[in-house]
Amino acid sequence: MSFSSELLIKVLVVLATAPVMALGLTLLEVKGSAWMQRRPGPLHVGLRGFIFPLATAAKYFQKETIIPKDVDEPVFKWAPAWVIAAVVGLFTIIPLSPTLIVRDLELGVFFLLAISSISTIGVLTAGWSSANKFSLMGGLRAAGQLIAYELPLILSVVGVVIQAETMSTVGIVEKQIEFGFPFVIAGQGIAFIIFMIAATAEMMRTPFDMPIGESELTMGFMTEYSGIRFLIFYISEYINLFVMCAIASTLFLGGYHIPLLPTEWVNFYGPLVLIGKTFTLAFLLIAVRWSFPRFREDQLQTLAWKVLIPLSLLNIMVTAIMKVVF
Amino acid sequence: MSQTMDPNNMPFLSEASVSVEIETEDMTLNIGPQHPSTHGVLRLVAKVNGEKISSVEPVLGYMHRGYEKLAEVRTYPQVTTLVNRIDWVSGFANEIPFIAGAEKLMEIEVPERAQYIRLILTEMARISSHFVFNGAFPLEIGALTPIFLAMEDRERVLDLLESVTGGRFHPNFNRIGGVKPVAGAGPTTKKDIQDLPAGFYHDTKVAMEKVLKAVDTFEDLIGGNEVFQARTKKVGVLTKEVAEEYGVSGPILRASGVEFDLRKQSDYLPYDKFDFEIPIGENGDCFDRWSVRTSEMRESAKIILQAIEDMPSGPIQAKVPKVIKVPKGQTYVRAENPKGEMGYYIISEGGLGPYRLKIRTASFSNISILPIMLEGALLPDLIAIMGSLDFVLGDVDR
Repeated sequence: MSFSSELLIKVLVVLATAPVMALGLTLLEVKGSAWMQRRPGPLHVGLRGFIFPLATAAKYFQKETIIPKDVDEPVFKWAPAWVIAAVVGLFTIIPLSPTLIVRDLELGVFFLLAISSISTIGVLTAGWSSANKFSLMGGLRAAGQLIAYELPLILSVVGVVIQAETMSTVGIVEKQIEFGFPFVIAGQGIAFIIFMIAATAEMMRTPFDMPIGESELTMGFMTEYSGIRFLIFYISEYINLFVMCAIASTLFLGGYHIPLLPTEWVNFYGPLVLIGKTFTLAFLLIAVRWSFPRFREDQLQTLAWKVLIPLSLLNIMVTAIMKVVF
Repeated sequence: MSQTMDPNNMPFLSEASVSVEIETEDMTLNIGPQHPSTHGVLRLVAKVNGEKISSVEPVLGYMHRGYEKLAEVRTYPQVTTLVNRIDWVSGFANEIPFIAGAEKLMEIEVPERAQYIRLILTEMARISSHFVFNGAFPLEIGALTPIFLAMEDRERVLDLLESVTGGRFHPNFNRIGGVKPVAGAGPTTKKDIQDLPAGFYHDTKVAMEKVLKAVDTFEDLIGGNEVFQARTKKVGVLTKEVAEEYGVSGPILRASGVEFDLRKQSDYLPYDKFDFEIPIGENGDCFDRWSVRTSEMRESAKIILQAIEDMPSGPIQAKVPKVIKVPKGQTYVRAENPKGEMGYYIISEGGLGPYRLKIRTASFSNISILPIMLEGALLPDLIAIMGSLDFVLGDVDR
């Protein structure tokens, strides 16, 4: 197959998968929250609530796009594109099986961390160009938060990379299969917790949702967005949730592999296993979201700089020493 | 730039300092009148330096409906429909001090049964108001779940209020000299009127048990939440002295450690017959204000359970003239409402309606401390402090 036709197929598959996963997670979130809050609506209305995500998407499609007078129009219009490009780009390195992967990059983990920080640009420009003080504060909060939590995210992954001796995502999973245990049990437990906390902050989900902070900043950097552009922010939030949980299950939970299953069938069960693990992790984050209030900005920074970063540095040291000793 | 340093007199490195503080202009942030956390149409003009608030000026009046003036052209029984709408979260409680004031001027002795019914419904209004607080306050801090649980539990209490009065928010149930005979469940003859609906005793008992259970849930779910504690403890501390100086009342005053509750100090309703405690806070921070209100719900449920047990029998309406005229005079009656002290200063010239009515509402005095409490606070703390004050804009502007 020629390179261009292969690329085309891969792009189409990713573009088809990403929104489907986002819809699935929206459904999980809506139903999970309704179940936690004893809300009957999403459990009964519209085919027992199953068409809810589609109805939400359709609603935003038909809404008018309002662009306020004073906004910096090109920047304002392009801001959602940065965000969604960053999260969809991350699909490149998620291995559904050793061969079912867009591209098994040698520097896969490095690529992940580099691409995921692009969304900061989108969020910051959205806040800045909106010509709204609440949006501006939301954008600045987001920038501060994303910078602060990028560090523990990277540092917690470094431990995994040291242990696996590779940066390729497939390589990391293969190492875990070879090892017999996923990394979350075999030495990287603390790194996993740090990664999940940092990922929650990166995704700006409660308890770290100050940049959006509906009751404070009235949706923060998204205040002035409406219609399809708001939908893009909304969808990229859920794609990001999927991607981050998928990466966490790849790096820490053994990815597409489950012990005792025959490895020659991995192309069949691999995607299902990975998506299953991803949705389980996502449900954990959803449960956290609906049970906790949000932190204050200074408490968030304290948590990052005084707790998570020293802890992850310690984790790297211990991992490195163990690597040398054994 | 050549500066010689005396090697024997070098400054310590720790003493060296560089000042790179850049003077920046404060940004004026208009919070409200339309903002999710201002409980309606309160407008706060805040000067912010980044996240830090340097000053706040509350702007009131967006909800002014002129009830004091309107009351001058209403008869006494008609005024209750107005005062219902002052603090709509606890509509029933607003009627009590006004009716009690008119009765005081007319020197009417209200039958005991009517007093008990009033007391039970007032406490139900308090419970429902504090349920709303228990939902709205965590919501403003960012926890989305408690409001759904609180609203569901409040519904039981509102159902009871509705079964007696016919109205969930605006009961308009008090009459001068007693309470209105109940709607529905109809009287067989004109003399044999029914006051409480059938099954009220049982339903109330069940509902109050549920309320007590809900309070336990909230203390666990909200008060036991580490993030909630981090957001509310030592935030928005209001000292005893400042609270007293500014005429703050109700749970906010008690959270600051002042033991002042008109249910104990005044006799507008027979509270002295019941055994209940007044929850007091220690630090006067947002967490204490939350915990005082939540404990109050438990005490209110206890009062209601006692009241339905020893509910006296007898008439629910004292003998009053057909056309109610209040003799010349003036009086001030105050009551402990869910939000704090509510008082009516009634001046009567002997007519069908009040000559002048001055309404003292709790929320108005309570939010007067906002500029002091918010100075130097962070923007997220502003939301927490406003939420913990639990004001209603109808109660502020009247």
